Amino acid sequence: MKEQEKINYLYQRAAFGLGLDDFLEKKSIQREIENLEKKHNILNISILEKPVFKTDIKNLPAEEKKRLQKENRQSIKNINIQWLKQMANPDVAFREKMTLFWHNHFACKSPIAWLNQEQNNTIRKNVLGKFGDLLHAIAKDPAMLQFLNNQQNRKQKPNENFARELMELFTLGRGNYTEQDIKEAARAFTGWGFNFSGEYVFRQRLHDFDEKVFFGKKGNFNGEDIIDIILANPQTAIFITKKIYRYFVNDNPNKEHIKELADRFRKTDYDIKDLMFFIFKSDWFYDENNIGSHIKSPIELLVQYLHFFKINFEDEKALLFIQKVLGQILLLPPNVAGWQEGRAWIDSSSLLLRLTLPDLIFGLQNLDIQAKEEGDIETENFAKGNLKLFKNEMNWSSITNLLEQESNGRIYEILKNWLLQKEIRNTSEKSFLQKSAHLSKSEFVRKAIHHLTTSIEFQVS
Amino acid sequence: MKRRDFLKQSALATVGTYFIPSFLKAFNQGKNNFNNKKLVIIQLSGGNDGLNTIIPFENDLYYQARPRLAIPKTEVIKLSDNLGLHPAMEKFQLLFKENLVSILNNVGYPNPDRSHFRSMDIWHTASESNEYLHTGWIGRLLDAQCQNNCQAFNAIEVDDTLSLALKGDKTKGLALREPEKFYKMAQRKQFDYLGTKQEDNIDYLYKTLSETHNSAAYIYEKNKIKKQNNTEYPNDDFAQRLKIIAQMIHSGIETSIYYVSLSGFDTHTNQENTQKRLLSVYSEAIYSFVTDLKAKQNLDNTLILTFSEFGRRVEENASGGTDHGTANNLFIIGNSLKKTGFYNNQANLSDLDGGDIKYSIDFRNIYATLLKKHLTLDDAKILNRRFEYLDFI
Repeated sequence: MKEQEKINYLYQRAAFGLGLDDFLEKKSIQREIENLEKKHNILNISILEKPVFKTDIKNLPAEEKKRLQKENRQSIKNINIQWLKQMANPDVAFREKMTLFWHNHFACKSPIAWLNQEQNNTIRKNVLGKFGDLLHAIAKDPAMLQFLNNQQNRKQKPNENFARELMELFTLGRGNYTEQDIKEAARAFTGWGFNFSGEYVFRQRLHDFDEKVFFGKKGNFNGEDIIDIILANPQTAIFITKKIYRYFVNDNPNKEHIKELADRFRKTDYDIKDLMFFIFKSDWFYDENNIGSHIKSPIELLVQYLHFFKINFEDEKALLFIQKVLGQILLLPPNVAGWQEGRAWIDSSSLLLRLTLPDLIFGLQNLDIQAKEEGDIETENFAKGNLKLFKNEMNWSSITNLLEQESNGRIYEILKNWLLQKEIRNTSEKSFLQKSAHLSKSEFVRKAIHHLTTSIEFQVS
Repeated sequence: MKRRDFLKQSALATVGTYFIPSFLKAFNQGKNNFNNKKLVIIQLSGGNDGLNTIIPFENDLYYQARPRLAIPKTEVIKLSDNLGLHPAMEKFQLLFKENLVSILNNVGYPNPDRSHFRSMDIWHTASESNEYLHTGWIGRLLDAQCQNNCQAFNAIEVDDTLSLALKGDKTKGLALREPEKFYKMAQRKQFDYLGTKQEDNIDYLYKTLSETHNSAAYIYEKNKIKKQNNTEYPNDDFAQRLKIIAQMIHSGIETSIYYVSLSGFDTHTNQENTQKRLLSVYSEAIYSFVTDLKAKQNLDNTLILTFSEFGRRVEENASGGTDHGTANNLFIIGNSLKKTGFYNNQANLSDLDGGDIKYSIDFRNIYATLLKKHLTLDDAKILNRRFEYLDFI
């Protein structure tokens, strides 16, 4: 495998791919891994400086209430769009990819804009640190406490929702705990809540201070203790490394690799960064079976269009609309289990839409597509109406300038190596090249990019 | 793999260029496993207020809980001594009078979730309320039906995007708004595919595309000759979608499940006008649809299920609306129902679960009944466990 292909693949998986300029410039995989390792920049989501409302708005005058609710809804959309654009920024793309992964792992929805922003920034801060720190932070995160009903978790009437998902989805996986463990853990999290300013609070009088029996251990455990006991369980490392492997390497985890990764993850006290670079430095990461095996999620696909072709939509609602019709809206995972990933993204209509998307994005053809109305008035207006031709500005010269010296045939090869990880498995290529041979260079670049992005192979990385 | 290598290994398989009669033949060879039955599922999205749909007009508690929103007794279309329809549902009453309707009251599930998405998820996947499944019940039906030959068009949703209910592990249903439009869109993306023996994700994508082409062409060809349709439908979008379903049923395609949604039932405010409009749209459209099927003898094999993800609170709120509730009524329509009219009594409004109606029928009993008695399928395999059958069919 050529060095350039390796570098391209690394960036596809660790980030959202490389811009053409970087693709042409970068020469050493060794150096690129080191570069990624050294990157520590954090760009926080910064739509709101403070919560939109700090009181129970039920008691406010109707008009004021309406205004605040509108501002709140708009802020959630703005957070979504800011984050999406941030993913397309190569300076922070690695951290953003990690944030996207953990956003799906700790899948959460909140109707309160401020809590969305806070949680997103909390995840972002911890994605290259220790998994334990991330888990402890999420357990005290107001959006999550609200989403999993821990605000209602009281000594007199424990609510098991958070305790259950903590074990089933966040750490151990189904079948690795008992219903009794859930009950006991729920008691330990009683009193964990948040206030109207969006801050975690421990409500002492709602907390159950009595003895609990958890995984055979007896003690007056609190929530932190429960999390630490779960972290001491080797199953947690297996569960997490498997999920990371599925997302960053291959849908079908290799048993030996998982064992190797899980052992290491535990030994390093769950150091996520160490784990990621261990993967990126492994020979098997670059195995032919892994390259092109990942079906890009709608967000990955959309971010690549923004990043690669520097598209600016005149109306940014288009960005929400594409997320909606392709089936993945940032901040709105389907439920606490998150997006399924892999082949679950693909059905007849979503695949046709993916293959037709370049026509719309590059402004070639109109398409009449409606988003499904979910029925919820709170989210309905997130992406309403029809998908029509997007008005956008594209900076083609940022691409054509880089290819000025090359022949059309050579340009095609460069663009193909840049945009695709696999050879095209059909004969469309030949007829495309025959038809387009006479085109001027700038026209050829556009047509070639359209041809390549409408291929099946562009759907995978 | 280098292009040269896989050219050597693979036969040239053509995807997207067809000789129509041969694939039509191919489809028709497969034996239809659904006993030639059809199931049409209508989803009322947003949580229809069941209590203002099927109205307990003799119940004081109802009128006390809803000083602004209750439908006055004089306006209710009476169906029985104590229950009646929303005045916007005149046409629905005609179906009821013809003994084509079974109304099931208080349908829900244990530990109800009051979030739209989650509750809809539960209805789509037929899961427990603390369980997360990534396949829908219709999707699992498709999976259970497909041995080597999985056919997406066995289940069609009339929409641009596909609902979770129709997504299986191996097979997913088709979403289309109109056969010709879908065909044209599919035609725009055609590839000659150099098929390989690898079953990797790229192969999966090519296969999905190929099946999409075949299905789109099959449905389009069968629907091309517009048969004369004397039934009139209203002009709104929902009625037109039902009309498309009727056309597809008449065309004789082997699709067994049709899915369609009507949205807007989340009436936290201004419920009176919104619900009136929506129930009228539903009632008029369903009347045309049933009339159409009947005229072509296609109602005999068809059942129509209408559901919503939850009902609404018994008590109205302060903004002229109602908030998210739990159990709700559900309609089954067909011409060979065993039990028509009201299948069971409406719940006691003085015995509520935190202000919400308690469920007395689990919706999965209804799914199981439809799967077993109507479609003659192995319901326990599809629903992951056995549920008692009901007697409406």
